[in-house]
Amino acid sequence: MAKITMTVNGRQVSGTCDDRTLLVHFIRENLGLTGTHVGCETSQCGACVIHMDGLSVKSCSILAVQAAGSSITTIEGLAKDGELHPVQAAFKAHHGLQCGFCTPGMVMTAVDMIARHGSNLDEATVRAELEGNICRCTGYHNIVKAILAAAAEMGGVRQAAE
Amino acid sequence: MYETNYHRPASVQEAVKLIGGAAEGKYLAGGMTLIATMKQRLAAPSDLVDLRHIAEMKGITVNGRSVRIGAATTHREVASSAELGAVCPAICALASHIGDPHVRNMGTIGGSIANNDPAADYPAAMLALDATIVTNSREIAAADFFTGLFETALDDGEIITAITFDAPAKAAYQKFPNPASRYAMAGVFVVRRDNGDVRVAVTGAGSSGVFRHQGMEAALAGNWSPDAVGNVSVDASDLLADLHASAAYRANLIKVMTKRAVAAA
Ligand SMILES: Cc1cc2nc3c(=O)[nH]c(=O)nc-3n(C[C@H](O)[C@H](O)[C@H](O)COP(=O)(O)OP(=O)(O)OC[C@H]3O[C@@H](n4cnc5c(N)ncnc54)[C@H](O)[C@@H]3O)c2cc1C
Repeated sequence: MAKITMTVNGRQVSGTCDDRTLLVHFIRENLGLTGTHVGCETSQCGACVIHMDGLSVKSCSILAVQAAGSSITTIEGLAKDGELHPVQAAFKAHHGLQCGFCTPGMVMTAVDMIARHGSNLDEATVRAELEGNICRCTGYHNIVKAILAAAAEMGGVRQAAE
Repeated sequence: MYETNYHRPASVQEAVKLIGGAAEGKYLAGGMTLIATMKQRLAAPSDLVDLRHIAEMKGITVNGRSVRIGAATTHREVASSAELGAVCPAICALASHIGDPHVRNMGTIGGSIANNDPAADYPAAMLALDATIVTNSREIAAADFFTGLFETALDDGEIITAITFDAPAKAAYQKFPNPASRYAMAGVFVVRRDNGDVRVAVTGAGSSGVFRHQGMEAALAGNWSPDAVGNVSVDASDLLADLHASAAYRANLIKVMTKRAVAAA
């Protein structure tokens, strides 16, 4: 058994778990944050993507103990003061989902992608960067549209702020 | 996954000591291979010794043409290193096509090399670049390091701390990815040195793992151009055959990937 502490969505949390407990199970079961999904649990589908110290990772393939001391952001940490994050809003506006199961991982992936590429994102890059996220409903088309729209909007906001 | 005990050392020395004291310990780097293997109960280490918090195993140093990459450096760090990109962009490009962004954020060069998956990308680069694998106890030439499918020259408890190589005049890597897994069905890393030496290393296709193709090397040493590859014969009898591709298909892929790599170098 391990007693671990980490920062999750800006709040310091502690918990006890087996050394073999996967981070995704710690997040869902110990912390009750069930927005992060378990899809394949074999690091293929990306439904479990979260950010660890600012980098997107698959939380089904990391032990909770490996994440001790780190700073984690889950899908629950994106919206601020009841306002959807621009990526969440774009997925809504462009209907970037159908059943919604892959959506938390898609959104976390998109936020990381936009952070790295900014408004320089093009369709080919978005599709290549979605390599690790599987959607079985949409055919990806509206997901790609939503990410491009969010990137443009967030890039615009950044420019306006400069 | 069976029960295990996790440890987080801060130095190579401490890591080696922890493994020495464990019943059946294993090093844990990015975990992108090991955790999956443990979930399938194909590995059941009593202890895991995490290498992600050992500063001396991280980072990239470029000194003139001489390159050192810490074993715990992630694929993402290799892919995005401007310093490395200035002397050997081929290895950055290789890293940028491993798996997906999330895998690249965790997976490490040391883990990939220690694992020696016959379809992994880095082993081809190591062999073609005549890299040196530096461990806690010695230096091993890449030519002596990769000994078979998932087999390496590492002793029990030996830890890769870094890899080093001299950046060549020209290099490129081309892989034909399996459309589902994105692992190489054939991947070819070509290198040409200022003195005219040529290396052609092939991954994803050999039935005993990564190998050099001497026929390609000789043809390209005489004439460094994609056309030189046309008449080289690739013996399919030592190649992998599975549901994804026959040996003959892989033999042809090796030629095509070599041509493309020479054109890109
Ligand atoms: C979805 C997915 C797609 C992938 N696609 C590709 C691909 O296209 N191409 C490719 O090449 N790879 C691919 N991989 C594998 C990936 O590159 C892994 O990161 C790599 O194989 C293992 O590195 P790791 O740091 O995660 O090692 P781990 O999984 O932590 O360890 C692997 C093995 O190496 C040992 N080890 C680790 N570090 C050291 C060290 N410094 N010294 C001694 N032993 C050590 C461990 O004990 C273990 O036995 C993919 C993986 C996934 C999950």
